[in-house]
Amino acid sequence: MDKIIRILVAKPGLDGHDRGAKVVAQALRDAGMEIIYTGLHQTVDQIIQTALQEDVDVIGLSIMSGAHLPICEKLMKKMKEKGFEDTTVVVGGVIPTRDIPLLQKMGIEGVFPGGTPFDESIKWIKEHLKSR
Amino acid sequence: MGVARYIKNDKDEILDVILQSGIHIKPVYTQKDMEEVGFDPEKDLAHPGEYPFTRGIHPQGYRSREWTTRQYTGFGTPEETNERFKLMISHGQTGLNVAFDLPTQMGLDSDDPLAEGEVGRVGMAVDSLRDFEVAFREIPLDRIGVGLTINAVASIMLAMFQATAEKSGFKKDRVSATPQNDILKEMIGRGAWIFPVKPSVRLIGDTIEYSMKELPRTNPVSICGYHIRESGCSPAQEIAYAFQIANTYIEEVLRRGHSIDDFVRGFTFNLNVFGNLWEQVTKFRAARKLWAKNLKERYGAKDNRSLLLRGIFGGGGYGMTKAQPENNIIRGAYYALAAALGGAQTTALCSFDEAYTIPTPRAALLSLRTFQILMEETGIRDTVDPLAGSYFIETLTKQMEEKIVEEMKRVDEMGGMTKAVETGYVQREVARQAYEFERGVQKAELIKVGVNKYTEGEEMEVDLHEYRLTSAEEQIRRTQEVRRERDNRKVTQLLKDLESAARAERNVMPYLLECCKAYATVGEMTRVFKEVYGEFKEPNIF
Repeated sequence: MDKIIRILVAKPGLDGHDRGAKVVAQALRDAGMEIIYTGLHQTVDQIIQTALQEDVDVIGLSIMSGAHLPICEKLMKKMKEKGFEDTTVVVGGVIPTRDIPLLQKMGIEGVFPGGTPFDESIKWIKEHLKSR
Repeated sequence: MGVARYIKNDKDEILDVILQSGIHIKPVYTQKDMEEVGFDPEKDLAHPGEYPFTRGIHPQGYRSREWTTRQYTGFGTPEETNERFKLMISHGQTGLNVAFDLPTQMGLDSDDPLAEGEVGRVGMAVDSLRDFEVAFREIPLDRIGVGLTINAVASIMLAMFQATAEKSGFKKDRVSATPQNDILKEMIGRGAWIFPVKPSVRLIGDTIEYSMKELPRTNPVSICGYHIRESGCSPAQEIAYAFQIANTYIEEVLRRGHSIDDFVRGFTFNLNVFGNLWEQVTKFRAARKLWAKNLKERYGAKDNRSLLLRGIFGGGGYGMTKAQPENNIIRGAYYALAAALGGAQTTALCSFDEAYTIPTPRAALLSLRTFQILMEETGIRDTVDPLAGSYFIETLTKQMEEKIVEEMKRVDEMGGMTKAVETGYVQREVARQAYEFERGVQKAELIKVGVNKYTEGEEMEVDLHEYRLTSAEEQIRRTQEVRRERDNRKVTQLLKDLESAARAERNVMPYLLECCKAYATVGEMTRVFKEVYGEFKEPNIF
């Protein structure tokens, strides 16, 4: 049997709009994944620490404020510094199409802007983890 | 997004319609339906401007007064925001509604490390009185009422507003502010909370108590069913939760020995317009009636002015889509119609580009024009509550009323809204329905034009507001200059006084006013409160 995927659903930064994060968390849980939700207003350091403690396979960030580029840049840099690069990072929220290549360049391969069908992101995560 | 669930046969004929609030709509309504729900024209309707105010709070509706238009506005530095305020006013906007950036909403100064990347992004940055002086420069504050969309630090911002008005030569009894100041809904839906529930509610009590005496034209709270609905609840729950939140604030002030008729007329509501048109219109009618009943029966209010549900009905954010964004202009027009048929005193709309980012001036003006066309060209001002007496509308209004009462009862049984929020009951209820809704859209059981029907494949190009990176630097420079120039010994002393007042549970408003006048920053005042009150811990709902 496949190992159960553990995923940290994280709300970085100051934005408090968590409808999307909570909806996606429920969808991932229904798809058989184990969900850890950070709650709101998390710093990048807090997210990394929780991810380490909980030994997750995936960190899923939800960002609606438009600050996804600086937040993701900081997270990826700190993860690298800590030698913590095996964990897959995905991001969702209000993400303009033009920013997707920039996020991918930072090492965030899975970008799921608002409205992405659940099946699509679930399939991506499962296949991505299998291929690693 | 959001419409009702439609049960159809294979010929695309509608067999049943189930509204989000759980009411089934029939194909035809007659007198008999009104009788079945116990509709009594005397008790349920009366005249506009008369108890129970189902038909509106003014006897002549929009004939005597148009609604106030108040687009949510603010970005970058106070200079940029001031310019946009003036633009909107020059085009006929009649009120302001200030958008603050996230650091300000969270009580952080612009140079706080936690504010990095967020300064001036989704609203205007405000650190000290200097910023408000710039933002409201040349705005006639005796004529233009100002909504302040701020919650956790609303007490600070209200004091800041008073200090600004007085400094610009306006008397405090002439200016009108409407701080949003509804922290319980932040804990349910919007997330800009800082302090735990009890001290947060106490701060709201302080602002209400203070406004009664010092700021008579100010509406110290705007209770928001709006954001709870945006987060996923049904229209009936939107009203029920808003009323139970209002009751929590009422009880906080009553506990201090004030009489209900002395303060409750300062309460206003912020309610949503997206969803099934009939459900929204009847929601507003039912809400007006229930609010009047709530005040009269639960709290023994006697003054007629205490019974009026006044509000901003608008927004419609969750109905707007990223796909085919120009469709949102059309959606906005229908939402505005729902607000007008529902008897809104004030209105605002999410602009068509807001699924992407905050609006461009062109998009914001289009929202304003939507209201102006409705008021000036369609005949909406002709007569008050034009849908009254319709078999369907009156039946549905009664049914909505029942649903709202049911939901209110659930919260009562739980021990009130404070408990319902601390235990995460409401948050769970909201998240569950948001998920169901999203699944409905993805399975195309709920139709959204451009998203799951009549799609075009390609993304439409729209001009977007660009975040100006240098606005953060300018803002930080100004705040640091303020800290250098002010009398720092005085500020330290005033912050100490604020701390002792907070610890002694005295009303903090006069102390905040002094701090603001001395150019203490939002971050400094918030730190005092954090020290005294601690911080809110979210209940885990998973």
